[in-house]
Amino acid sequence: MMELREITFRYDGDPVLDRIDLTIDNGELVVLAGPTGVGKSTLLGVVAGLVPSYTGGTLTGDVLLDGVSVVHKPARERAHAVGYVGQNPAAWFVTDTVEEELAFGMEQLGLPAPTMRRRVEETLDLLGIADLRDRDLRTLSGGQQQRVAIGAVLTAHPRLLVLDEPTSALDPTAAEDVLATLTRLVHDLGVSVLVAEHRLERVVPFADRLCLLNGDGTIDVGDPADVLRDAPIAPPIVELGRLAGWYPLPLTVRDARRKAPALRERLGEPPAPTAPAGRGDALVDVRRLVVAHGRTPALRGVDLTLRPGTVTALMGRNGAGKSTLLWALQGRHAPTGGNVQVGGRAPSSLKPEQRRATTGLVPQSPADLLYLETVAEECAAADASARQAPGTCAGLLERLAPGIDPDRHPRDLSEGQRLALAVAIVLTARPPVLLLDEPTRGLDYPAKHALAGLLRDLAADPEQPRAVLVATHDVEFVAQAADELVVLAEGEIVSAGPVAQGVAESPAFAPQVTKVLGPGWLSVDAVADALTREAAR
Amino acid sequence: MRLPRDLHPVAWWAWAVGLAVAASCTTNPILLLVLLGVVALVVVSCRSDQPWARSFRLYLWLGAVVLVVRILFRILLGGDVPGHVLFTLPEIPLPRFAAGISLLGAFTREELLAATYEGLRLATLLIAVGGANALANPKRLMKSLPPALYEIGTAMTVAISVVPQLADSARRVRAAQQLRGGPEGRFRRIRGVRRLLVPILEDSFDRSLALAAGMDARGYGRTGELTAAQRRSTGGLIIAGLLGVCVGVYAFLDSSAPRILALPMLVLGMATALVGFALAGRRVGRTRYRPDRWQLPEILVAASGIAAGAGMWAVQRWEPLVAHPGVLVAPGVSLFAVAAALVAVLPVWVAPLPLTVQRREAVLAS
Repeated sequence: MMELREITFRYDGDPVLDRIDLTIDNGELVVLAGPTGVGKSTLLGVVAGLVPSYTGGTLTGDVLLDGVSVVHKPARERAHAVGYVGQNPAAWFVTDTVEEELAFGMEQLGLPAPTMRRRVEETLDLLGIADLRDRDLRTLSGGQQQRVAIGAVLTAHPRLLVLDEPTSALDPTAAEDVLATLTRLVHDLGVSVLVAEHRLERVVPFADRLCLLNGDGTIDVGDPADVLRDAPIAPPIVELGRLAGWYPLPLTVRDARRKAPALRERLGEPPAPTAPAGRGDALVDVRRLVVAHGRTPALRGVDLTLRPGTVTALMGRNGAGKSTLLWALQGRHAPTGGNVQVGGRAPSSLKPEQRRATTGLVPQSPADLLYLETVAEECAAADASARQAPGTCAGLLERLAPGIDPDRHPRDLSEGQRLALAVAIVLTARPPVLLLDEPTRGLDYPAKHALAGLLRDLAADPEQPRAVLVATHDVEFVAQAADELVVLAEGEIVSAGPVAQGVAESPAFAPQVTKVLGPGWLSVDAVADALTREAAR
Repeated sequence: MRLPRDLHPVAWWAWAVGLAVAASCTTNPILLLVLLGVVALVVVSCRSDQPWARSFRLYLWLGAVVLVVRILFRILLGGDVPGHVLFTLPEIPLPRFAAGISLLGAFTREELLAATYEGLRLATLLIAVGGANALANPKRLMKSLPPALYEIGTAMTVAISVVPQLADSARRVRAAQQLRGGPEGRFRRIRGVRRLLVPILEDSFDRSLALAAGMDARGYGRTGELTAAQRRSTGGLIIAGLLGVCVGVYAFLDSSAPRILALPMLVLGMATALVGFALAGRRVGRTRYRPDRWQLPEILVAASGIAAGAGMWAVQRWEPLVAHPGVLVAPGVSLFAVAAALVAVLPVWVAPLPLTVQRREAVLAS
């Protein structure tokens, strides 16, 4: 029904998209994958009609909707057929209650009032959000917002649904919900779906076809198992399959498990859990911490210990109190009850510059930290305010993300580079404790792998061992990066302990490798190590 | 049984404007206090738990401030009114060209009463408007605009919701900027402003662009089959009509302008604009989800306010001594005047119960 012909898009120099042909049939779920910054969002925008009118640049080629060219029609004239859900649903809401938001698109299309009423009710039920109908959109959790955003375009009964990273901000369970909703739409309503996603491990099992966008602007389209065989980005299960030489590549945990016994025999016993790397005394000591926002308690009686040299992952659903805990350690949220000690002192009683020297926090959107025109200026400002020798921050940045041009504008950096810059700025004051709030948002597999290695290096820095606490939704990242896992729910700690133990206990938090090979195996790297050792023998 | 629901916002505004007219027709403090009581009672019993419902207290304060300021000004600028002197302040002599104005000086009981009455009238008027603000959902009011103004209404709704978003992002950026040191030395404050402004502005630009793209992708501003010529002709009609209305209003108020420009121009302009609106509205391919409808409660609420306004106007016309008792005698009231003021209390019984979180949860639980 939707056909792209010879689509080429460029800003100035090299084309972002280069002569792309893609056809989406009725009732098909197509996943669009590719490294960060190759133009996935651009391609989705071309389909929806938002590119080039909202981005600039030149577009050539043709977009056909049921055989009719719509390439010159703006997005609003395609709204009846194409439903577009952008990356950050909260920024897209026009009205302020769920019900009105669902109706907005239909009002624009001029549907009769009884039809609108019926469709709103149907959509509320379809997405399981009927109890939210009168809620203020800003008070919803991330998963709920995402479902409302999908519902808001679904009410117009589009035939093609275009989604840009619908699960990137969601906890594993909420993400499963959203994806399950999408598959249900494909199966029950026959809607076609085109979805861009970083965390392929979640969507690939549902995909009919995978469309891989390469860095040079070309695409590979085909059966997911074929395309992923030598794709630069691959979910852990595919990497495992490649290592083990499985063919065809298994895409679901179920398929992989069936092939696993042979591999398990070759691997032998899982590596003994590394001895707790924590050295020395606790840097962070939290006892029965209670933090309340107004009258609602966000944390109720949390105990936490962080030692230098360890990376601790903090997980839990949206709104479980992860950010609050980080900010309490930083000192902005004073404890309502209990006790917080960071480096032997209560952070909320410190002056801002003392706080910066004890804990470095990288907030959820690193861009909030940046305000200058070039990377070099940012680094110089960080050195000056931390009273460190000039070049300290630039040196850190070079270690974290080598090769960033110091004259670039921070907004032009990729997500990963911008995160590295924020980490470098925060670390310039040489804090022994590093806290990161959802750093993996928008990072592709190689970038996440790099970040995991980086955090481990920073923790085990021989000059200055640090305690690292990272709040995240990404189980695969936790398996790569962390030593300890702390799970929060409703402001209370549900479990705390070594990662291997934590993920073995709860299937929801288990990474794919553990699901396939059983407890003890956490990451593809561990499997690769074991295989090389076996080959050496 | 009265089902909880939102009353049509225009009904509340009609009620409030009626009360405001009533208040402006009298300086009788007893009648004004009755009107104030009516407004307060209706607001307290009919308002919802939404943020705008809490604004009423603000208007009460504003009314009190108006009253006090009025009296203070009278003390400052009054004088020269014979009567019972309450206290005397040293008069500040003014040059001759300012004859007729005296600063400070004697302050009489009559002046105090006159200032209080007038202040009370203004305060009642303001509080009546505040009542409408607290009772009527501003967003639904935008939605009740004629279809031709739909786009402006949506833009304003969006503008309203941007303010809390801006506050959110300001809070977030402030917290984030504390994570890194700021500039030091002189002008630290001024340079510090930039640290906040740059990320907040970037964030709001991003948001605005995202919102515009989102609205576009969902069909906002679809022109459908409308041709450019049609759009231009309706636009022209509306603008010409509004210009006519402006000229008409000006001529109507300025008695030296030719009479032909007054009422006839006003009527002509209004008619042209209405035709324009109707044409634009008919061509709009848009519909409303659950539009507010005028039902019996709406009519009763609006009528009660209008009746109060009309009644008080009648009092002013035929019982001038009741409407404006003056400051020399104790103000009296007539049965008709009190009835005219009290009729506006009707919404307490006829308006539907306001929607509150509690009532919504009760519906869900049952």
